[in-house]
Amino acid sequence: MKKLSLAKLNDFFAAVAAKETLYLPVNNNVGKAEYKKWESGVEMSSALNTVRSAKDFFFPQTENLMEFKMTGKSVEVFDTREECEDFVIFGVRACDAASFAILDSVYLVDPVDSYYKSRREHGTVVTMACSKPAETCFCGTFGIDAANPAGDVTVWEVEGAYMLRANTEKGEALLASVADLLEDGCEKCVEEAQAKTRAILAKLPLAGLTTEGVGVGKTKELFDHPAWASLSESCLGCGTCTFVCPTCQCYDVRDFDTGNGIKRFRCWDSCMYSDFTKMAHGNSRNSQLERFRQRFMHKLVYYPDRNDGTFGCVGCGRCLARCPISMNIVKVMKTLGGKN
Amino acid sequence: MQKMMEKRALELLGDGTVNRVLGWSAGDFIYDVTPAVFKTAEEVQDKFLYNDFCGANLSKYLVKESRKEGKILVFLKPCDTYSFNQLIAEHRIIRENIYAIGVECFGKADEEKLRAKGITGITGIEMKDGTYTVHTVYGDETVKAYEVMADRCLSCKSKKHVAYDELLGSEGEVVEDCNRFDMVEKLEAMTPDERYEFWRGELSRCIRCNACRNICPACTCEQCVFDNPNSGVSQKAAVNSFEENMFHIIRAFHVAGRCTDCGECSRVCPQHIPLHLLNRKFIKDVNTFYGEYQAGENPEAKPPLGKYEKNDIEPGEAGGAKA
Repeated sequence: MKKLSLAKLNDFFAAVAAKETLYLPVNNNVGKAEYKKWESGVEMSSALNTVRSAKDFFFPQTENLMEFKMTGKSVEVFDTREECEDFVIFGVRACDAASFAILDSVYLVDPVDSYYKSRREHGTVVTMACSKPAETCFCGTFGIDAANPAGDVTVWEVEGAYMLRANTEKGEALLASVADLLEDGCEKCVEEAQAKTRAILAKLPLAGLTTEGVGVGKTKELFDHPAWASLSESCLGCGTCTFVCPTCQCYDVRDFDTGNGIKRFRCWDSCMYSDFTKMAHGNSRNSQLERFRQRFMHKLVYYPDRNDGTFGCVGCGRCLARCPISMNIVKVMKTLGGKN
Repeated sequence: MQKMMEKRALELLGDGTVNRVLGWSAGDFIYDVTPAVFKTAEEVQDKFLYNDFCGANLSKYLVKESRKEGKILVFLKPCDTYSFNQLIAEHRIIRENIYAIGVECFGKADEEKLRAKGITGITGIEMKDGTYTVHTVYGDETVKAYEVMADRCLSCKSKKHVAYDELLGSEGEVVEDCNRFDMVEKLEAMTPDERYEFWRGELSRCIRCNACRNICPACTCEQCVFDNPNSGVSQKAAVNSFEENMFHIIRAFHVAGRCTDCGECSRVCPQHIPLHLLNRKFIKDVNTFYGEYQAGENPEAKPPLGKYEKNDIEPGEAGGAKA
């Protein structure tokens, strides 16, 4: 355990940023937190979480895959990938940190996604334990401890200082590179801070939310559940929940005709969209009920089925705060679990 | 108000005037209210809610709901009645299948503004004489209504119900001196470069979730051009920022003269992009060039952009900044 006095915080950021690009949550022009590159003068946001999740670093909303150029009958193919540089993301919360493992289970299994893998290898994740969780938080439901987040380095804020613990080799290397700014940390202070946070977590309105009624082996029971009709009834079919979600992992590959060639890019896709998984024969899910059901079945049943019971949700609460009609995974879980 | 609404909903369901009720359904927190169709008295008694967080405009749901069997009861706030009328004018909803009850509205609270003031754990809210009393798990808080009211309500254009079968509360009046064009005027006063910077700063946050389009009561095309894979424009994340700008600009053009300024687009934007400003610029221009016109005020009125008159302004006369 190491300690960084908050008086030295800017020196710490400067030292990290001198070696690799450092990203951290910063308030934007409308006062909402988003990850931005640290430069001298940039102040870290005190917001609990960013509007967009940290998955953007490993799975960006759009990325160019390759380009084609046509001249007469010949087609040239260009690899447009740029060499990924080392970077550090600072201030990732426990929920987002847990989402990386979920993305890994999709992108790092055979066939490995080399674009994703490269970014994962070059990124160092510094997490920040929560001290003021919001009433929309429910990470505990999925066994995530907001007071003890994963990541390469974990940070706790205790009176006037950060306590830092390296969890991996990458994390140790990062702390070693700024060793002259650090002092010995205090395990007891961290334990006290954790106890405080856990006491708040236990009192949150969603603290009692359980995964009862969903999970492994529930496909048959839940697929034709009558509640899907009323749950999905007012869904707008927009992609807000999907795009603010740290674990949504689906993408589309598209060709953009530049006039004399093709830019092939991939972009986030949403199972809420009418053309999602549209194939030659048409679309396999023609109603919003089916699309809505897909999103929640994927997170609460199909994914756990294939991943030893791990759920595809980390309880960050972004969809609760952002859905235009306030329909969300908590309401779905409560209804399917017979609590609503 | 909620009690009166619930009573009328139960009566109209009970006597068979309607077979469904379109309203707002209670959630886990007092502010996470979901639009819902109630089919039975039990459902109404169990979940029906009307409070200071019921901002969602229900009129667009009628495009689908008014085509189902039987009559549906809908509760409309003043601004919702303008959207309702506009949808009638565009033949998008079937009026005879709807029983509309107008409900008073003095502005809706913005939960995020409350949160920004450090008020969390909200369990109840009441407004009296311009002040909210907010009940929270940590005790009661009082706050001036204008400090935590939704932005769109602070520049409310009308508290008048322009369409209804029945009213609960007063009919209300048009707000004569609303300040809704203040920001548009500021933008007009900018140089083209400044304005471009402003809009790039705002629109670059767009995540193409399409919430603005999908909530918009003026966006009721069976298939949007952005959902057509053969249109050459993308519904999802764009390949470049040009397309991202164009999505919003094209949408604003498409709803020009039809947008009632209900403000739903900005309410639902997860990135807090002030999309209503694009629409308000068009509303202001229509007022300037074709005379005062409020979409949705009168479903019989000829829309200024949908008719031709000999003395209509020529494109060259409209002015506008030179780039």
